[in-house]
Amino acid sequence: MNKKFENLFEDGKKLLSIYITAGYPSLNDTVPTLIALEKNGVDFVEIGMPYSDPMADGTTIQQSSEKAIKNGMHLDLLFSQIKEARKSVSIPFVYMGYLNQLMQYGLDKFCQACVDSGIDSLIIPDLPMEVYAEEHKAIFEKYNLGLSFLISPQSGEKRIKQADDLSYPFLYQVSSNAITGASSKISDVQLDYFKRIEEMKLKSPKMIGFGISNKETFDQACERASGAIIGSAFIKAVSQEGDLENNIGQFIKSIRE
Amino acid sequence: MQYAVDEKGFYGEFGGAFIPEMLYPNVEELRKSYLEISATPSFKKEFDDLLKHYVGRPTPLYFAKKLSEKYGTQVYLKREDLNHTGAHKVNNTIGQILMAERMGKKRIIAETGAGQHGVATATVCALKGLECIVYMGAVDIERQAPNVARMKMLGAEVRPALSGSKTLKDATNEAIRDWISNPEDTFYIIGSVVGPHPYPDMVARFQSVISEEIKKQLQEQIGRDYPDYILACVGGGSNAAGAFYHYLDDTRVQLFMAEAAGHGIDTNMSAATSVLGTEGIIHGSRTLLMQTKDGQIIEPHSISAGLDYPGIGPLHAHLIKSGRARSFPITDKESVDASFMLSRLEGIIPALESAHALTILEKYDFKADDIVVLNLSGRGDKDLGTFMKYMDEYE
Repeated sequence: MNKKFENLFEDGKKLLSIYITAGYPSLNDTVPTLIALEKNGVDFVEIGMPYSDPMADGTTIQQSSEKAIKNGMHLDLLFSQIKEARKSVSIPFVYMGYLNQLMQYGLDKFCQACVDSGIDSLIIPDLPMEVYAEEHKAIFEKYNLGLSFLISPQSGEKRIKQADDLSYPFLYQVSSNAITGASSKISDVQLDYFKRIEEMKLKSPKMIGFGISNKETFDQACERASGAIIGSAFIKAVSQEGDLENNIGQFIKSIRE
Repeated sequence: MQYAVDEKGFYGEFGGAFIPEMLYPNVEELRKSYLEISATPSFKKEFDDLLKHYVGRPTPLYFAKKLSEKYGTQVYLKREDLNHTGAHKVNNTIGQILMAERMGKKRIIAETGAGQHGVATATVCALKGLECIVYMGAVDIERQAPNVARMKMLGAEVRPALSGSKTLKDATNEAIRDWISNPEDTFYIIGSVVGPHPYPDMVARFQSVISEEIKKQLQEQIGRDYPDYILACVGGGSNAAGAFYHYLDDTRVQLFMAEAAGHGIDTNMSAATSVLGTEGIIHGSRTLLMQTKDGQIIEPHSISAGLDYPGIGPLHAHLIKSGRARSFPITDKESVDASFMLSRLEGIIPALESAHALTILEKYDFKADDIVVLNLSGRGDKDLGTFMKYMDEYE
């Protein structure tokens, strides 16, 4: 059980989570970004480890990942940046990355590094639930690291329940049939889907992500979930000219005010 | 069969379906139905009829006399270059379009490297009147202009992949993203034995007609139904999978794979995955791939767009790992040499991809009475632009 998350979800407050690409816009922006996010009242952060072939991501995150890799981002550096950030930042950190990098690093070593640096839980979008349950669950549990699995509008009821059972500390509800960063409006079809999932009374808290880009879509998602995750829109905001902290402050304000 | 896929979609430790949940319903729908659909009599009949009357199968198994004399062995060319659209790729697209049709899909997407799979997909979409979108790396669009024109002529839309190395791997990423965004009406026709299960197995089955014919043709021509060696090039590995398929468990037959060494395996301009690759995940499959020690996929290089891929199919990874098949890295230059050699010796202009397999004849000491079947996977028309650049050297 992770105390940080328990308290968050029990509060009943609508949670704002921000996805960042580590090492973007500049290699050493990870730590100041995390500090600024906490300062501006973000509830937890999804820290994206850049990957050369991010299958589920749209153009914005592809490009930020490509730039971050060029900047020199790699896993050991990420863990040391997170350790550094943990000296002053206490909100939960969720590691988000593709499976291949974990495999190359070695799963045990990876989990140990997560714990040592201060990562609280993980999202690995291309790790299938069956493989996790059969091969990896024991290792993650040994290190007390939770995983959030994804559900989409196409997921069947059995599949959703399976994801609900395996997920901790929250279930990641993908907002539409899309890759990240796709839309700026939430359709009636999506609202129906949000309602359908809410009515299933799942045991895990739900965070809605993909296509959440502004106050309007954030508020709509929050009506049917514990909160929402913003990624591409945030990456665009920090890609702009100007002071990083200012850009972050203004973006968060635009969502929360 | 020892080398067949297991019920979980693995070949030994390789394969599986490492995909985001958004793709799961699509892939699962296909997994549940591909064996059943392809076993129905109506499917089999239409598949066989189209291969015979539309594609022009069986393709000849040609005893190449002069080539045999040159290398002091018995070389038979399996003439996949004579298929409609110019390569083996159409065997698979015929199979998959029939699958898509029976699953009620209206919109077809595909990735392509050299453009051969794109053309083969655009062709069957025209035949069936289905919308066709082909993703192709911007670099490949440039170097394979005639195939881009053919796809457009056939009514397909060609969308450039602008990320990464702008080649086959990136085109595949874009096709996968399209499929995530269009899960209900869209069928993804993958061009090789790569991607999540059941694709590697499904594509290998559709391509297996190649070795089915080789068996019959060898029986007719030499009185026994197996060769001593089969030679094929491997990018993702579909033509090799087809040529090997019915011999996978027949250890009298040695399986040789030609991989693209690019400028050489000791340079950073190569695509020889079984030599340079390590175990990892690419496009939803656990296999061998070229990657950094940090797990970032390396951008490959080959003169041949069809072999310019940083992974190989999980079946091939298993064949290599288990010692069943052997890999020969062939450089760009060697493949151009072989292309000119075959053109002048036998009057057959091979695709650059297939020319990689020809080079194995230079590298391995075959005996005089060895029966060597070389899968000539495609014709070289699409590579004339490249060949023209070298013309002076071969005057």
